[in-house]
Amino acid sequence: MSEVIEKLLYSESHEWVRREADGTVTVGLSDHAQKALGDVVYVELPEVGSEVNMQDEVALVESVKAASDVYTPISGEVLAINDVLADEPQIINESCYDNGWLFKLKPADEAELDSLLSAAAYAEQTEE
Amino acid sequence: MTDTHLLKTPLHSFHIENGARMVPFAGYDMPVQYPLGVKQEHLHTRAKAGLFDVSHMGQFKLVGSNGAQALEQLLPIDVIDLPEGKQRYALLLNEQGGILDDLMVTNAGSYHYLVVNAACKVEDAAHIRAHLPEGLELQEMADHALLALQGPAAVDVLATLNPAVAELKFMDNVELTLLGETCRVSRSGYTGEDGYEISVPAAKAVALASELLSHEQCELIGLGARDSLRLESGLCLYGHDMNAETDPVSASLIWAISKARRADGERAGGFMGAEPVLKALAEKRPAKKRVGLIGSTRAPVREGTQLFDASDKPIGVVTSGTFGPSCEKSISMAYVNFGEHEVGTEVFAEVRGKKIAMTVSKMPFVEQRYVR
Repeated sequence: MSEVIEKLLYSESHEWVRREADGTVTVGLSDHAQKALGDVVYVELPEVGSEVNMQDEVALVESVKAASDVYTPISGEVLAINDVLADEPQIINESCYDNGWLFKLKPADEAELDSLLSAAAYAEQTEE
Repeated sequence: MTDTHLLKTPLHSFHIENGARMVPFAGYDMPVQYPLGVKQEHLHTRAKAGLFDVSHMGQFKLVGSNGAQALEQLLPIDVIDLPEGKQRYALLLNEQGGILDDLMVTNAGSYHYLVVNAACKVEDAAHIRAHLPEGLELQEMADHALLALQGPAAVDVLATLNPAVAELKFMDNVELTLLGETCRVSRSGYTGEDGYEISVPAAKAVALASELLSHEQCELIGLGARDSLRLESGLCLYGHDMNAETDPVSASLIWAISKARRADGERAGGFMGAEPVLKALAEKRPAKKRVGLIGSTRAPVREGTQLFDASDKPIGVVTSGTFGPSCEKSISMAYVNFGEHEVGTEVFAEVRGKKIAMTVSKMPFVEQRYVR
């Protein structure tokens, strides 16, 4: 069984979104996604300062098996990326909801968050 | 999920009981990984002992008189002087010198024992049978499974069943008793590590695998790690790093042509494809050559990726590529134009529209640790 975190929002393409106290959001890959990918060996992240649009391919996560695009669940400005992943991409497997986060955004439109899945809805979608 | 058209090895249920993820491979339903995962399985094999089911590979007995002479008609190796209890790596060639398969040939005393690739075994058998003289018969050992036990602890694990295995040297291949059953045991494998390949009657395969796996140092290893292990060790995967369009010289497998069969050897030529192969060997200037590449980034550069020189001219293509868990580098095998093949040459791989610098490097990428 894959782990789903109650207080997070999810996209259908398996990214999670955490709303931070300062109004920014953090984005990462779900446990379901990291398990399906297998051992991650390489990560490409967006440029800090770039503007991204909802569902753009903004990052790439490559496992021993294949490369997989990461879509941004909402639009906004990239405030930070998780630089540690460049040298230690396996952190995505070890800690997908915590140390394995991908990037932080300043949301362009808070309303976009309403279109994302609740943890319960995502868990239902990924049930086998 | 189960595809009923796929063949099963005698260990199929054993894999599923051990949590394997099964995938179709060469017509078989095979374990690609176990719960440990590809990377940990790879690292475990290099550190301790990994157990692989390679029963999908074709095992054959060539029975009858003058088998060595018949094999020398088809293989560019010295079979006649191959001592009893020894195996040798060989390439099966067509008339043009193209590689039909790679295989192991053992002098088993009263017969020759062959192990060929799963995807090629039907064609190989037809090809060999079509060229056998009277009095020789190629028999498939369909009632035998094949296990590989690989890694530095393989000797300790297998020696608990029969201490004689510790006496074997690299490429020895003899009959030994394991769990009361006569098995064919060779000190060989396809990971670059010390280890063994064990041909065991199918009915005993699960018992033997369970016994080996009960050893603390031993884990089951799937096809995923088998691929990264062999690639780090610079070993070719048939159908990818060589095929019927590549000859031994362009495949950088000159070492697989025995001295006795070369132009100045005691039994020069006389094998299928000898004329083009010996010509290529004399010229040593193939149009393309297989090389190893190390990437300047961690991005894996996979099969099919196009290669360019600094002026953007296409110069080759990648045939295998991954991120090597032990060498911790992006490694590939590729065919590049002659002239771009020297160690140290910089080439550029086009990955998702971007050019990644790679350096032609000697192989293996990880030191081989055979016990010679």
